[in-house]
This record gives sequence, structure tokens and C-alpha cells, in this order.
Amino acid sequence: MKSVTEFKTIMTGNDAVAYGAKLARVKFISAYPITPQTTIVEKLASMIANDELDAKYVEVESEHSALAAVFASELTGVRSYTATSSHGLLYMHEMLHWVSGQRLPIVMSVVNRAIGPPWNIWADQSDTINQRDTGWMQVYSESNQEAMDTIIMGYKIAENSEVMLPLMSMEDAFILSHTSEPVTLRDQDLINEYLPDLDLKFRIDIGNPMGYGSYDTPDGTFMELKKDMVDSMKKAVRVIKDETEKFNQMFDTNYGGLVERYRMDDADYALIAMGTVASTARFVVDKLREKGLNIGLIRIRYFRPFPYDDILEDLKNIKAAGVIDRSVSFGYAGATYSEIVSALYGKINIPVSSFIVGIGGRDVRIEDIEKIADTVRNESSGVYWINVKKVI
Amino acid sequence: MPTSIPKEELMAPGHTACHGCGATLAMRYVLKAMGQKTVVSVPASCWAVIPGAMPFRTLDVPMVYTPFAATGASISGLREGLDIQGKTDYNVVGFAGDGGTADIGLQGLSGAMERGHNVFYIMYDNEGYMNTGVQRSGSTPYGAKTTTTPVGKERDFKKENKKIVADMMIAQNVPYVATATIAYPEDLIRKIDHAKAVHGPKFIQILAPCPTGWYYPPEKTIEISRLAVQSRMFPLYEFIQGKFYLNKSFKPVDVSEYVKAQDRFKHLNDDEIDNLRKYVDERWNQLLEWEKIYSEQKE
Ligand SMILES: Cc1ncc(C[n+]2csc(CCOP(=O)(O)OP(=O)(O)O)c2C)c(N)n1
Ligand code: SF4
Ligand SMILES: [Mg+2]
Repeated sequence: MKSVTEFKTIMTGNDAVAYGAKLARVKFISAYPITPQTTIVEKLASMIANDELDAKYVEVESEHSALAAVFASELTGVRSYTATSSHGLLYMHEMLHWVSGQRLPIVMSVVNRAIGPPWNIWADQSDTINQRDTGWMQVYSESNQEAMDTIIMGYKIAENSEVMLPLMSMEDAFILSHTSEPVTLRDQDLINEYLPDLDLKFRIDIGNPMGYGSYDTPDGTFMELKKDMVDSMKKAVRVIKDETEKFNQMFDTNYGGLVERYRMDDADYALIAMGTVASTARFVVDKLREKGLNIGLIRIRYFRPFPYDDILEDLKNIKAAGVIDRSVSFGYAGATYSEIVSALYGKINIPVSSFIVGIGGRDVRIEDIEKIADTVRNESSGVYWINVKKVI
Repeated sequence: MPTSIPKEELMAPGHTACHGCGATLAMRYVLKAMGQKTVVSVPASCWAVIPGAMPFRTLDVPMVYTPFAATGASISGLREGLDIQGKTDYNVVGFAGDGGTADIGLQGLSGAMERGHNVFYIMYDNEGYMNTGVQRSGSTPYGAKTTTTPVGKERDFKKENKKIVADMMIAQNVPYVATATIAYPEDLIRKIDHAKAVHGPKFIQILAPCPTGWYYPPEKTIEISRLAVQSRMFPLYEFIQGKFYLNKSFKPVDVSEYVKAQDRFKHLNDDEIDNLRKYVDERWNQLLEWEKIYSEQKE
């Protein structure tokens, strides 16, 4: 039997993510510092400086440039990586489209942080939710281990020939990024077996000169190219499930595919959450179960592609659901809420409420989730802001 | 007639540029000097359109199209990605307009040059945002009429002097900086050859007259390119590893000859032309000064 050199240690989410990139054998890293992402790229820079990672690290002069550099290096055929947060991600917006439109399977870590003004560095998923329509897959982790493993699975999924779309992998600011947890460092040989080297079919080649991203006309193939991205996003659903399952078997983990369910089998009521809020929600589910309430939790891992089919299946026998969002869509409800109600529309008719929590890092307490559960149990539907002060 | 211009053509005759387009000649000469082992990165600009709609392409080298501000960063990533794979002999060339260089891409350019990547950044300078219909850029010279500095009842032509990116690159101590123009292709090609010998970032600003945006007949492009040098509106120089060489071997002409050849300056009165004349003299003296300073430094 092959010796496996996995070992358990304690590290922050950002260190875990850096180890994820190292295990994925990234060869080019370009980034620009922003709290709370900084410790990811600092860690990677120090790994390179200490010969622990064979990669080139380039600190550029903006996030737009970071993603432009990563775009270009990936196009030459080397696995490339970047990490950012909040305003940095917004600054990348143009390049986000450029990367996905060019079908480059880049993986990027994003530490979810609020968008100013006022300046605020704490947990808030509005930054990535703002990038919903950029053609990137989006995964939200709940633990440091998951954040590490998602980088590795992310490259495997993104580089699948049926997918060829970039992926952003999220951690909630500070709650994961700067909090230490037990993490198992994966065995490099096993990872190599799981994730082969990048083989970009259309990489830059002097012997086969091509144009990359020139221009197209209304009668050309522009519309078809965009539809193909949507089709690939749909195909990604199966690939995500398969690749997550493969990973689970190789590394003895049990990640859900696009969603993770908790005590949903006999549930009458469902809470739906994304990121670390799910940990608190899981605790509350247990507490309420003890009191005899049949409630369960669905944790959304993938926001893109969105798990529409899973949701339909999971909410089949549910009386009412509450969707908890740590982001705001000005003028509407939570972003996950709108996805859920559109999944259910015309198929399952139950009350669904939207709960906005933890904006700008506001603590999401057990009592907050209890209040949410209470509202759900009353089978009401509406948009509720939780733990918000009356300031006006 | 014998010439130092390489015979190799890496730009096919089929393209969508306007008749008499200087930017097209600039690319053609640059590629001749670079050779086949070249990757070109082009941002939003006329040159993003000149090769035609996909799947057509005019260049016989890989061509990476990028967003407007991304030239500096994209050549950084291309260079490093290729080097990681041992493809160190590929030339990586950013080919951007003046808007994409002097304005929206200036930060990316400065960053790429500062980081020292082994790349060429070619700025083809047609002194305005031409692809979007001749708007003013930081590189538009004093006196020019553009669609955003129009001359109507008010004489709203551009009142500010040209921002000269090559000068900024010298201030940043980029290892190789030069200016060139298409009327002097042998000079241009020689400069690229010099640049090739320098390992590190290289910046060349090529004045590329544009009949469509400068409002002159297309057959005058070479003449106007030459007049730009002779009138000293666009001096040719070279800055190699801290040494500065100013090209003085041309038959001088008065600024008015350059100005009168283009309708973008048609509205200028004698006083205004005199403003340009003074500007040209001052700048020339400044360049002579630089020549002194940089040669003394190095002796
Ligand atoms: C971010 C962004 N802003 C604006 C534009 C619109 N735009 C496209 S090309 C162009 C002008 C380019 O000017 P220049 O760089 O001088 O090149 P030229 O067209 O003159 O050759 C502009 C403003 C764009 N593509 N992207
Ligand atoms: S507008 Fe000017 S630069 Fe653009 S293609 Fe026409 S002549 Fe060339
Ligand atoms: Mg221009």
C-alpha cells in the first residue's frame, strides 16, 4: 500500500486556502493586497521564498491587473491563481467577464467582505453576489478544510472539457479567513492523482497562431458563444457532483455536491443558508429538534451553477422555508431567496421568506436564527432584516 | 535599393483599416523587426478592429485581445507564463494606442515597466481616441480639433499640451525607451533591434498619423509622419540603459508646414501657431539638456 502523508494540523482559513493552491500545483500567482485576503498571498509568497512551492509570484499594481496577468499566463497554458476581496473583486469586474468569455479555467479565492461606503472589512457576501452574472462558478465554504479542498476540486471541475469556466471559491471574512481550525493537509501524491496537470487545448502556440477574443458581429457567433457558456454552466452541475464524489472517496470526506443537507429527511420546515451562517443554523436546528420542531437545513455550496433541481427535490415535502442571505440586493430581497423562489415557481407552492443577516459583519447570533425559524414556522412570507437597529 | 527592412511579412494584406492608416504600417514594421516568434497583445483600439471579425486575423502570430486598460498586465502574465515553460525566446509585445497607454492604461504600463518583465510595450500614437470616433486623449497635441474638443462658435480646440509617455518612461528609468515614426522605417527597425538586445522592459512610442482623425488625405500619411519629425513636433530619440540620443539628422521645417497639412489644426490663427512654435522650441531645448545630463552621468 502506498504511504499516505496526510496530517492534521491547525490553521486559519487563509493558510488553508494557500495550501490548497500549493496542493493544486499552481504555477503562476498574481495578486494585489486587500484585507482580509492578504494572508493568503503572503503565505504563498513565503512558500515560494522557502522553496516549498515552485511558482512565480507577481504582485501587480491593481486587481484589474492581477486578473489580467493571471488571464494572460493561463492563456499560455500554465495553471494560474489569484485571490482578492470586496473592492478588489469589484475592481476586477471587467476582467471577470474577459476570463470567463475566453473560457479560462482559473480558480480565484475570494474572502467575502463588505463593500463601502462606509469602509468595512468584515464578513458580507455582497461582493461576490455582485459578480453573479460574470460567468464564474461560485462556491461558498463553511470550514477551513472545505476552503482548502475546494481550491483543488475547483481546478478539477473548471478544467473539465465540458465546463471550461472559471471558479471563485469563497470564505467569510475573519470567521474563516483569520480563525484557526483543525485542517487535514492532503497527501500531494494523492492530489496529483486526483488533479492532473493543466492541458489547455487552445494555449498560445507560435506554430499555430490564433486570435484570442477579437470581435464578433450580431450575425457571427457571439450569441452562440454566450449560450454555450450557459450550457456549460448547466453541464457543470453533473461534473461538480461527480468530482466532489470522487474527492469524497479518495479523501474520506463527505461534501455535498451543490448543496449540503442537514436533518432534511423528515423535516417540515427548512432553513437555507450559505457560508458560515450555516454553522449557527445547524446548531439551532438541533436545538429546535430537541423541542420537537421538525426543521432542517440546506446549505448552498454552489451559487453558480445554482442547484435548482436539488432545491425542488429537497423542498418537495416542506411546509415553509426561510432563506438566509448575508448580502443585499438594493430594491429587492436576498439573492439566494430570489433563486429559491424562481426554482419553486409553478412547481411547489409554499411560503418562503427572505432574511437579511450579518451585513457588514454584524454578528449572526443563535437567537437571530431562532427568530428566523419562528417566522418560518408561522408560515409567513416576507423580507425581514434581522438584528438591525432602529436608527432612523 | 538595398534596405535593412526584413522581407518577412507577418501581416497579411487583408485588413479593415482606413486607407493610409499609419497604425497599420507601424504594426507591419514592428512585426518585421520582431519576427515570427512573437505574441502580440492588443487592447481596445483601432487595432482591435483592424484584423477583422473572428475568425479572421491579419497577423501571422498569436494575438491576444484584452480589455482597454490591460495591456501592461497582460504582457506581464504572457511573459511569465511563457518563461515558466522555458519559452524565453518568444517576444512578448503589447501594442496599444495612445489612449490605452497615456490615459486608461498608464497605471498598468508603469506597473509592468517597474516590475521589470522582459517585454516590449509599443504605443502607436495617433493622438486621439480614433476607434471611438476621434475624441481627445492625453496624447492629443495643443491646437487639435477633435469631436470632444470641437471648434464651433467657441474655439474649443485642445488647449493643453501633449502628454508624452516616452518622457515619463525615461523618468521611470525604463531600460530602453525610444520614439519613432513610420516615415523612417529603417530607424524604427533599428530601434527595435536595439531594444531586443536589452533584457527587461522596453517602451517605444511610434507616431502613427491617422488620416481619418487628423483630417488630411490618406496619401499624405508618410509625408505628415516626416513633417512631424522635421518640425520637431515629434522628436525622435533613444534612451538606452541611461544614455540619451536625440536624432538631429533631418532637414528642419517650420511648425506651420506640419500644421497646415492637416485640417485638425485648420482653425489655428497665427498666434496659436506661434504657441506651438514656442512649445516645440522649449521642448527641443529640454531634450538637448537631457542629452547633456544623461551623457555626463554616464561618462
Ligand atoms: C473600459 C473601456 N472604456 C472605454 C472603451 C471604449 N473605447 C474603445 S477603443 C477606445 C479608443 C482607443 O483609443 P486609443 O487607445 O488611442 O487607440 P485608437 O483607437 O486611437 O487606435 C475607447 C475609448 C473601452 N473599450 N473600454
Ligand atoms: S481611424 Fe486612424 S488609426 Fe484608426 S484605422 Fe483609421 S486611419 Fe487607422
Ligand atoms: Mg489613439
